Amino acid sequence: MTPALNLRTIAIVALLAALLLLPVYSELVGNRFVLTLFTRIVILALAAVSLNLILGYGGMMSFGHAAYLGIGGYAVGMLAHEGIFSGFVQWPAALAASALFALVIGALSLRTRGVYFIMITLAFAQMAYYVCAGLARYGGDDGLTIYKRSEFVAPINLSNKVQFYYLCLALLLAAIYLVWRIVNSRFGLVIQGARSNDTRMGAIGFPTYRYKLVCFVIAGTLCGLAGALLANHTDFVSPATMYWTRSGDLIIMVVLGGMASPFGPLIGTVALLLLEEVLSGITEYWQIILGPLLLLVVLFARGGIDGLLKQLMAKVRS
Amino acid sequence: MSGPLLQADNLAKRFGGIIASDDLTLSVASGELHAVIGPNGAGKTTLIAQLSGQLTPDAGHIRFAGNDITLLPMHRRSALGLARSFQITSLFLDLSVLDNVTLAVQAHAGHSFRFWRDARSQTELRQPARAALARVGLTARADQPASALSHGEHRQLELAMALAGNPRLLLLDEPMAGLGPEESARMVDMLRALKRELTILLVEHDMEAVFALADRITVLVYGRVIASGAPADIRADRQVRDAYLGEAEAAHE
Amino acid sequence: MTLFIEQCLNGLQFGLLLFLLAAGLTLVFGIMDLVNLAHGSLYMIGAYFAATFAAWTGSFVLGAVLALAATLMVGMAVEVIAMRRLYGRDHLDHVLGTFGLILFFDESVRLIWGPEGMSLPLPSWLNTSVEILPGVQYSSYRLAIIVITLAVAAFLYGLVMRTRIGMLIRAGASNREMVGALGVNIKLLYTLVFGLGAALAGLAGLMQAPILTVQIGMGENILILAFVITVIGGIGSIRGALVAALLVGFIDTVGRSYLPDLLRLVLTPNAAATAAPALSSMLIYLLMAIVLVVKPEGLFSAGGK
Repeated sequence: MTPALNLRTIAIVALLAALLLLPVYSELVGNRFVLTLFTRIVILALAAVSLNLILGYGGMMSFGHAAYLGIGGYAVGMLAHEGIFSGFVQWPAALAASALFALVIGALSLRTRGVYFIMITLAFAQMAYYVCAGLARYGGDDGLTIYKRSEFVAPINLSNKVQFYYLCLALLLAAIYLVWRIVNSRFGLVIQGARSNDTRMGAIGFPTYRYKLVCFVIAGTLCGLAGALLANHTDFVSPATMYWTRSGDLIIMVVLGGMASPFGPLIGTVALLLLEEVLSGITEYWQIILGPLLLLVVLFARGGIDGLLKQLMAKVRS
Repeated sequence: MSGPLLQADNLAKRFGGIIASDDLTLSVASGELHAVIGPNGAGKTTLIAQLSGQLTPDAGHIRFAGNDITLLPMHRRSALGLARSFQITSLFLDLSVLDNVTLAVQAHAGHSFRFWRDARSQTELRQPARAALARVGLTARADQPASALSHGEHRQLELAMALAGNPRLLLLDEPMAGLGPEESARMVDMLRALKRELTILLVEHDMEAVFALADRITVLVYGRVIASGAPADIRADRQVRDAYLGEAEAAHE
Repeated sequence: MTLFIEQCLNGLQFGLLLFLLAAGLTLVFGIMDLVNLAHGSLYMIGAYFAATFAAWTGSFVLGAVLALAATLMVGMAVEVIAMRRLYGRDHLDHVLGTFGLILFFDESVRLIWGPEGMSLPLPSWLNTSVEILPGVQYSSYRLAIIVITLAVAAFLYGLVMRTRIGMLIRAGASNREMVGALGVNIKLLYTLVFGLGAALAGLAGLMQAPILTVQIGMGENILILAFVITVIGGIGSIRGALVAALLVGFIDTVGRSYLPDLLRLVLTPNAAATAAPALSSMLIYLLMAIVLVVKPEGLFSAGGK
């Protein structure tokens, strides 16, 4: 990540600046909706960053990543329902539950490869969906309303929308930095090697299974954090968050933005959610456009938006 | 040290009806370059696969530096000092040349559950990696993606990766495969230089290279050892000539 | 006892229906190495077409036949327009591309038919019951489903194992260039195989329409089950798909009926009532987990058709 002054760097810096100044803009223009929308974008970007770790860098195509959004959210929701509102209890619980789930699912799924892996992660996430939908005490299918946001110590007040936004943004940036460090560390190099040529890794002396499992758990835990944030944001948690098509949405965000690139997932989330907003303004049936668009991205712009920017830079340089 | 560095006794391996290894006994003395030759289908790659741990023999034993490694998994043998190169190039194509070798070094540098420090800037990884690249003459290509290399350079990189862990024994599976005359000559020179530093088991079809380099030669036909000894003896052996050398020399004209 | 027999038959019927769906999925994957998430969409379209055509023509059977033909054509069109470009690519590309197709189909159905869903009522001559054992009545429609799916299974077996086309299908799975070199039109073969898969999905969709549902999103719901079956049975194996589908059908149906009672034996009635729905949904995934631990490639991994 050389901080060269080129179009791509400028674009990313501009994006970050815009995100930082968003609440100011929202106040000035008097548009509350923008703040709500971008809080959601930032939270989902955190989820996408966590997915990119295993998908983009690790080559593990998990189609069940949305499960952690639900698990993190339900940890917060269930505890709140039982009268435990302290964030110091809820959030560690969300992280621990996500980590545990990732450990079990990962241990089983990583014994498989390719298509099997895709299907299995999908199926296990659905299992989580059905389990939560079957919990009548916690709302079942209808979901669970959260009457009070996670409580920390004053002056932190999550009900303050601006404060909450900045907290989410800070966590997102911290996550991007964390993932960047992990990916360039010895551990990250092993993960990338396993993505590139798993057999060779074994031959040169790496038992890749355990590394991939640890990576899987880290990604799941990070996404569980996003889940806790999301539950606070919507004051609500429902099994629908974990439905397998939501995992598909996350994958779209990662691929659209650019896999194996630190800011790719953020770019992708912003692009997708803004696109949704714009398109749904035009027509109610905007997914008819999004669907084929996705197919076209897959066929012609596999590197995502970040990839296109890089290609543009290469052309400009030559 | 007393005894051979590598000892394989009575190895047997079948794939359905095909016998790939048939009561195969082989020993490699420390410091020698031992070549294994034989016609196609003789089971040479299967032999390497069993020695490196990719396949488990149906019967027989393998001892390395006095340890029984017959059932030891691949990554553990690598840790003991047994390295292998692949006949069909199997590299990390989307990573840089230096990253490829760094991974091979890293495999021998303790566990890799280190999540924070930048791996590429660690001297204890970078230095051995660059040294291995220098040994095979790829220093100039260090920062390029492995996919950008020519086939000959891929074979060099294969060798560099096998060397990166400072192995005691190198299993080379047809390192000359697909190389033109110039590149082959370069590879032979490289192997000759390596001979002085470590023990090598070389599987090859290129007879010129084999006779130029080998201290001892073992001949495999249909998974069985039909002759084993000094190059001059092998050349003169009637069985070997009938079974293999005749057609091989004709093929190489 | 009669309830048990009925549940077993329901399990059989459900399993066979799932087999139709899974067979199409595994066939396409086995031959073209294509992961098709939009397989569930074809199932949905079959149901919608059937409901529409039955209403237009006034005849259930005619509606079903037309729906089958229409789904076949949609399938082949999708293959020519979209799927062709995905062959040989990374599986991730397949997943993303076909996921995009799901979005497209769901919205198109919503556009054409509206968000409400439809119903497909059974004609009176099918809405009867038959006495299969002394004192045991069973829905004749469900029996018809069992018979038809068994016939299709037999047809598939015959097709793949006994005909030249089947040989091409099996050969195509192992060596594409060879088959192409033999002068066989691979493109046409693939289109036909995909069409067959679509027809199987559509048939499953239209048959379950009168008893279950015709609504948007039904494809996504059932696709998971098809995936679980494919994993358990082994990708590329039709025999595996049959065995796994029957297993899943039984366990899911019979499990759901009897699990609450079983739980009540060990838990308090309250706890049993809470745990039962969640646990019954989990049963098939537990089965999949067990298979994964014991045999990660599936019970009848590729090759055994």
